[in-house]
Amino acid sequence: MKYLDEFRQKELVDKLTKAIDHLMADIDRKITLMEVCGTHTMAVFRYGIKDLLPHNLHLLAGPGCPVCVTANDYLDKAIAYARKEGVIMATFGDMVKVPGSRSSLAEEVSNGAEIRVVYSCLEALKIAHQNPEKKVIFIGIGFETTAPTVASSILTAAEDKLCNYFVLSGHKIMPPVMRALVQDHELKIDGFICPGHVSTITGSKIYEFLSRDYGVPCVVAGFEPIDILQSIYLILSQIKSGQAKVENEYNRAVTWEGNLKAQALMAEVFEPESSNWRGLGEIEQSGLKIRGKYGSFDAEKKYPLSIEESRENPGCICGDILRGLKTPLDCRLFRKVCHPSHPLGACMVSAEGTCAAYYKYLSV
Amino acid sequence: MKEKILLAHGSGGKLLHDLIREVFLPAFDNKFLRELTDSAVFDHRGTKWAFTTDSYVIRPLFFPGGDIGKLAVSGTINDLAVMGAKPIFLSCSLIIEEGLSLSILKRVISSMRQTADNAGVEIITGDTKVVEHGSADGLFINTSGIGLLSTRSESSSPRIKAGDKIVINGSIGDHSIATLSGREEFDFRTEVKSDCAPLNDLIEKVLSQSSGVKLMRDPTRGGVATILNEIAIGKEFGIELWEERIPFKQETIAISEMLGFDPLYLANEGKVIFIVKDEEAKKIVKILRSHPLGKESEIIGKMTPEPRGKVYLRTCIGTTRVLDMLSGDQLPRIC
Repeated sequence: MKYLDEFRQKELVDKLTKAIDHLMADIDRKITLMEVCGTHTMAVFRYGIKDLLPHNLHLLAGPGCPVCVTANDYLDKAIAYARKEGVIMATFGDMVKVPGSRSSLAEEVSNGAEIRVVYSCLEALKIAHQNPEKKVIFIGIGFETTAPTVASSILTAAEDKLCNYFVLSGHKIMPPVMRALVQDHELKIDGFICPGHVSTITGSKIYEFLSRDYGVPCVVAGFEPIDILQSIYLILSQIKSGQAKVENEYNRAVTWEGNLKAQALMAEVFEPESSNWRGLGEIEQSGLKIRGKYGSFDAEKKYPLSIEESRENPGCICGDILRGLKTPLDCRLFRKVCHPSHPLGACMVSAEGTCAAYYKYLSV
Repeated sequence: MKEKILLAHGSGGKLLHDLIREVFLPAFDNKFLRELTDSAVFDHRGTKWAFTTDSYVIRPLFFPGGDIGKLAVSGTINDLAVMGAKPIFLSCSLIIEEGLSLSILKRVISSMRQTADNAGVEIITGDTKVVEHGSADGLFINTSGIGLLSTRSESSSPRIKAGDKIVINGSIGDHSIATLSGREEFDFRTEVKSDCAPLNDLIEKVLSQSSGVKLMRDPTRGGVATILNEIAIGKEFGIELWEERIPFKQETIAISEMLGFDPLYLANEGKVIFIVKDEEAKKIVKILRSHPLGKESEIIGKMTPEPRGKVYLRTCIGTTRVLDMLSGDQLPRIC
């Protein structure tokens, strides 16, 4: 199939693997690259890419899974809204199973809460139209990839003068968290495999500060085996030649400027604010809140609520896994009590989560 | 085990297996059930019979390539056929939600009749219950079936061993994709049709022309990956599946990529996996390809001496990775 088969060719994989081996022989030290996007993590496992790489080249999975990075305080709020009379919570399916501090949306369903799984926020809008007597709250999580459609849903709601559609915004953006990661001295990241889906919206320009200010090579990558290997090759070539710049391997979908229309939508509806990331804590300017002029669609503004203090499962090391410091194999809960049918942490729930990837693709 | 039944318990993956092992088996324990095959096989006055039952709950009731009626007849026929039995009689039990339009019911029933006719089986008993609006989703159907095991399949199949081949009769994942595309919340259209079909004729053809079949299973819920795990678990052999040999429809792949699904875990309703003797594999593929439901048949893997009890996928780029059972539901990706 076009755009798939040519990126899965074994001959090309072999060539790239050899080229990577040569580069690593020249560089001759341990190299740590981080793939920030959860879909990259999944692709790395799905195609067994780690088996193709030399032993001193490490791939770390970063905080690129939207469900995983959503902290418990946000989830607890969503659960609190779900318990309210006359509320329909609309959410992506993954969120339903994530355990919050004391409950999960799935548990609330069995206690009678009305929770609808949707595949897009536009569907949540439809639910609001069809249920004028109910308040429909969309659980808005995700990065720059999902934020523009949520922005668009709010603009449509405004145009339609819809009074029962609200968004609980937990959106996050990539550049601030990537800055936090390069500043983390425990990590020592030699290069970033930059998220392909996010970059289709933002353009590859958003990573420029990482190479300019921190000397870290950045390559925007697609999601096929050749994409990932080619990106690794490009990063290693930069390292070998002592350079650091932003390159775009995923040029069939990503440009330097990105999708300007989507960016404008996001800027119109959202503004940056400090945001709490699971495992990483508060990061300045890393979240998106709904601007005051669209405050009537902001669930938190419209229906403020206070929640009990959030807490994490004490045994769960999702935080260190999201920072790339530990792998699920270091977690004493992994596989024993935490598995996809009984997840204790977010990283086991989402298909893009690191723990789910390890569980699914690594044999015991 | 969780205290409540979750939707995922019905996905045919790990949770369902736990439920069977921890709840149903201890309660009903007997030699027939313990086999955990698609149908129970029993002797009656010197004749061997296969007996099976299945309930069908699908949304939407009509989907590209089929409907709940065709599915309910085909599925039960297939559960009998993969045991090597010739399906003879079916039952049909309906649970209808108050308010279902009579014309929809008639369409479903006529589809059941037509499918049964085509497969050469008769529906000889049935039951109807109507529940209050909201207590069911339109229409649920249960069918049970009974089939005769021929003398040929009576002799116990030779043991599966390393070197045996895995054959499938065509592209995988189409049923899941077709039913998804029929749901209103998915805004995509596709040409992919459900593969839903009775396979008794195809299977009969293979069994009558080759003695190389050791085991047959239909990869419905949980898909090819889950069924192969069921075959391998606790056994003296492992399974190696060859990604590049597995038949896929281009559209099924495209939609799976878009939604973040792995087609190896998607449901099929007109596919059968054959474990066959190495030396008969090519012949069996040839026989299958001469049947309308087997045109895209392929040898997709083999049994290996190691690692025992596990399923591995040799990927298109030459690496290998473990292929586990489906655990929980597959959910569309967010970003």
